Amino acid sequence: MTATAFDAVYGVLLIPIGSAALLALLPGYRLTARLNVVASLATFIAALLLLVLPRPAAGAYVLVDDLNIVFVVLNSFVGFTTSLFSASYIAHELQTGRLTPAYLRFYHAMYQVMMFGMNLAFVSNNIGLMWVAVEVATLTTVLMVGIYRTHAALEAAWKYFILGSVGIAFALFGTILVYMAALPVIGEGNDAMVWTLLIERAREFDTGLLNVAFVFLFLGYGTKVGLAPLHAWLPDAHAEGPTPISAVLSGLLLNVALYALLRFKMLLAANPEALAPGTLMVTMGLGSLLFAAFMLYRRRDIKRLFAYSSIEHMGIIVFAFGMGGPLANFAGLLHMVMHSLTKSAIFFAVGHITQIKGTQQISEIRGLTETHPALGWGLVVGVAAIAGLPPLGIFMSEFLVVSSTFARQPWLAMVLVVGLLVAFGALMLRLTSVAFGEPRGSTQPAQASYVPMFAHLALVLVAGVYLPAPIVAWFQHVAQLLG
Amino acid sequence: MHSLAFDISHSLAGTLVLISFMMLYQDRLYSLFNVFALHAVVLAASVAWQAMIQNAPHLYVTAAIALVFKAIVIPVALHRIIRQLGIHRDIETVVGIGPTMLAGMGLVALSMVIMLRVTAEADALAREDLAFALSVVLLSLLVMVTRRNAVSQVVGFMSLENGLVLAATGAKGMPLVVEISVAFSILIAFIVIGIFLFRIRERFDSVDVGDLDRSRGERG
Repeated sequence: MTATAFDAVYGVLLIPIGSAALLALLPGYRLTARLNVVASLATFIAALLLLVLPRPAAGAYVLVDDLNIVFVVLNSFVGFTTSLFSASYIAHELQTGRLTPAYLRFYHAMYQVMMFGMNLAFVSNNIGLMWVAVEVATLTTVLMVGIYRTHAALEAAWKYFILGSVGIAFALFGTILVYMAALPVIGEGNDAMVWTLLIERAREFDTGLLNVAFVFLFLGYGTKVGLAPLHAWLPDAHAEGPTPISAVLSGLLLNVALYALLRFKMLLAANPEALAPGTLMVTMGLGSLLFAAFMLYRRRDIKRLFAYSSIEHMGIIVFAFGMGGPLANFAGLLHMVMHSLTKSAIFFAVGHITQIKGTQQISEIRGLTETHPALGWGLVVGVAAIAGLPPLGIFMSEFLVVSSTFARQPWLAMVLVVGLLVAFGALMLRLTSVAFGEPRGSTQPAQASYVPMFAHLALVLVAGVYLPAPIVAWFQHVAQLLG
Repeated sequence: MHSLAFDISHSLAGTLVLISFMMLYQDRLYSLFNVFALHAVVLAASVAWQAMIQNAPHLYVTAAIALVFKAIVIPVALHRIIRQLGIHRDIETVVGIGPTMLAGMGLVALSMVIMLRVTAEADALAREDLAFALSVVLLSLLVMVTRRNAVSQVVGFMSLENGLVLAATGAKGMPLVVEISVAFSILIAFIVIGIFLFRIRERFDSVDVGDLDRSRGERG
């Protein structure tokens, strides 16, 4: 029976990479856009199979456990809905001539390579392989951010690449240091990079090396998470690339980097003498939250606005995991899932809106609920969710973060609440001007695909109102694992 | 008392750090390429030496890649690109050479302090290798930060990658080293081709978030 579960793992990996090769060869955007959707759906089904099939034992390269199944399923689900959105978005880009068919072929192939990289990062049990996978995912997004080839797009891609390479360097250096720490205990060769073996014997590792390794890994993967001093690439990459890529960047890629960080945090937690990663994570998390919350007020570009909101939410999540403990970890996990769903839904709406209006300037967009009710109200619900209004899912996870912090560190909780409120104010301010008031700009009807957006929002709403008991139990179990 | 094997690998790694310093004060692109070629040659020698003393023949592949690809192919290609695209041959620096060199020394001191302290229990060879490798990585980052030309930032990235390869080969028996160096080479090839295709002729002013904000009317 083990063989079947392995098949699902292979499915999650081989379907994207195989279809990437196919998409690179096939001409015709209608066909490739549909094929992209089909491949993403197939990947999603394979990911769902992981849930029901018996799990394989951890191998030298592949690992399936409670923690990463959540992310693989989420990843391939958002990948699938984004491919649906992408199909209608891309058709419009082709009409307006911003992209040519040759670029689309490249775009679809890269989309699947990126899905492959992200899924590989989630299921890899080897810290070297995980590094490679995160890099593959990052570099494909670099290429896609620059796809419009305008000056701004190239500069954004370049900045992303340069800062990403700093992240690449630090993360690899940290990975090498972890290997060095494991070397005397586990011995030479591949075993000293296998995560399941590492965590079993982490308590025997040299603590000094492990500490420094974590600092490097934190800076390296933290760059990709978009934590405050290292975030400079994130707003540009979101604003200049195609909107489906903004959706997967915010919704998925940030999660991938954060997941890598969590794996190493678990390693550190298994060694009682190592430095507590909590302080570092709490500081950086709160810093990102406050910084992004204030920066939100100064944004004039709608995609940049939501990019800064992603920095804010990554700050909250890193803060929650930094606090640690079952409740805060649970909240962090829930927040990751809710943020992915909500933020990608917002970008779906924003993508169509900017296409209709022909601009990303917030001041040029007004009265959306009147001219385009579905898009406008979709955006209203999405922003209400991301700002943390009840009864949507993010309210619940933010509430959990705040209340669990209040019980342990009231002062930190105060700071956290201030950050949340400041961000809330900024988002509401912008939302009222965009969604309500006298309509401005083009009022041509939208050729939008609403299904992905409303599917995500419905899930967020359902999760906010009622989270099924099995899912709660699952998350609680994973939160325990995270220590 | 250290063995000869230790002394040689030690001095090769030390040379790599010195050459990284040389990169910091180059003000012309052509001479920067030459220094980079030298960097790659020394890296190749160092990796080949590690391959021999660790008895790890697969590392010879990494050494060969460093020698052929990074020391010869890439510098030649960059020379040609510059000539064909008519890129400025002077390097614009953000900070003066004096402060940059001082910062470089500070970074090397920092990496020595960090690495030698925490690796007190590891074996001497790996220890010093790591300290040197971190110095190379940090100095390369300094090159990338203080240069404004896209091309010299790429050179900085490549020397940074040399530092990582040094660290990876110093860690005894580390798997995936060859694969990583191959992957990096492909990546670099893409970047160099990208410079050519996209005609990144001039410079990106900096990697400062402010610039694009301004150009999009987000500030001031």
